[in-house]
Amino acid sequence: MQWASWSDFWAMGGYGLYVWGSYLVTFVAIVLEIILLRHGRKDTLKRLRRMRRWEEQ
Amino acid sequence: MAFNLYYYAAPATFYGLAGRLIPWFAWGAAVLAVIGLYIGFFVAPTDFQQGEAYRVIFIHVPAAWMGMFIYLVMAFWSAIGLAFKTRLSFMMARALAPTGALFTFISLWTGALWGKPMWGAWWVWDARLTSTLILLFLYIGIMALWAAIDDRNRGDKAGALLTLIGAVNVPIIYFSVQWWNTLHQGASIKPSGTSMDEIMLTGMLIMAFAAWFYAIAAALTRVRTLILERERHTDWVKRILEP
Amino acid sequence: MLRFTLTVIRRDLLLAARRRGDWLTSQFFFVMVVSMFPLGIGADPNMLRMIGPGVVWVAALLASLLSLSRLFADDHRDGSLEQMLLSPEPTVLLTLGKALAHWLIYGIPLLIITPVLGIQFALPGEAILILVVSLLIGTPILSLLGSVGAALTLGLRGGGVLLTLLILPLYVPALIFGASAVDATLAGTGAEAHLSLLAAFLVMCLLISPWVAAAALRVSVD
Repeated sequence: MQWASWSDFWAMGGYGLYVWGSYLVTFVAIVLEIILLRHGRKDTLKRLRRMRRWEEQ
Repeated sequence: MAFNLYYYAAPATFYGLAGRLIPWFAWGAAVLAVIGLYIGFFVAPTDFQQGEAYRVIFIHVPAAWMGMFIYLVMAFWSAIGLAFKTRLSFMMARALAPTGALFTFISLWTGALWGKPMWGAWWVWDARLTSTLILLFLYIGIMALWAAIDDRNRGDKAGALLTLIGAVNVPIIYFSVQWWNTLHQGASIKPSGTSMDEIMLTGMLIMAFAAWFYAIAAALTRVRTLILERERHTDWVKRILEP
Repeated sequence: MLRFTLTVIRRDLLLAARRRGDWLTSQFFFVMVVSMFPLGIGADPNMLRMIGPGVVWVAALLASLLSLSRLFADDHRDGSLEQMLLSPEPTVLLTLGKALAHWLIYGIPLLIITPVLGIQFALPGEAILILVVSLLIGTPILSLLGSVGAALTLGLRGGGVLLTLLILPLYVPALIFGASAVDATLAGTGAEAHLSLLAAFLVMCLLISPWVAAAALRVSVD
């Protein structure tokens, strides 16, 4: 184990801002993409279903 | 074999195949990321030169690799699409671009955050950083072109042509920036990552695989949506749309 | 075969001669952009000498893009482009001719204006000469690569800005080799290597871009 305590872990030897800044932004970016992907799929399905109903009428 | 290939190249079958593959790749990416991060944060020792700051490497390098690699894959699908007029190839290229741009952005962002403590500057005009920035511009240009063209067929081919000419250009850009860099001395400091600990390398490679799996899952999800949209008048999509 | 290319070039030159206002705009743009820099940065001759080559080069990129968005657009609007595409001659010759005509109309005047701008930026005579030579080799690259972008964005809304977005990244090698040739002259290390690389890039663009532009044109017009 590399760390004596949690605060040690978060401090990253004084480089906490840089290390956690990198990981946080990466995490947010990927979560955002996943949300957008799911949203896009649901959206498309909904839109296509609506179009289909409209075409049938 | 050829028969199989054509079988899976049909959007209808590929839609199903992709749907079955996505969970595997997505969960694979998640598991690998957990293992990689565990190695990266708890097993890998402190770097004696860079201290803890080097731990950015576990996302920075995989992201940079994926940014470049996805562009190459896009160029591959574009070439296949133009040569064999396969619909699915163009859709793959379209599905890959946003994820590629995302990884390129992440590599730039983490590069800046790594560069600040190591080089004392958020940004240096070093060959790698600069050509990565240009790569991001290329991704943006290609996506802007797709967005501007309403006609699907034209958009596919125009984007493919631009992707290919970009792919030819990227090595030249990299070389030219390096050339320019040797001229303007001072910015060519590199992180001293020559002697990398084995466990660090392991962690990095595992993270690279996680990024790769994630990219596949994301691209497949996106391509499924594209397929649905483009094939909406076929019977099989109509069947899917039935409530 | 080459006669077709020459016909395309002659036709474009004739059209440009009739519509003089059109192409002068781009030249004035070039001069004005370059002249803005000392006003924004300050008039210290040493600094001007340092940024001069890069500024002239960047302004040349922007000026060429400004005019490139119309490379095929006018012919497309009046239908003559489709006529030319229907002709039995290969499309490559058309796009090659178009790019060369663009260079003659927009590139050559830049070369003539450049020495004056070089003097404004306190560049010594030798550096001005190399700057002109680098633009002589480099501006055809801008026309050739730009013709690809013009073909891709033909008839799109916001085509001009889009063209800039697509093509500027591809211009990077030309910008670097061109501007660094002048820098090297100023530093006294000789510009041959840079100019050779620039020329190699030109040859490559000459061999590849007309084909890509032709393919793009077919995609855009169909």
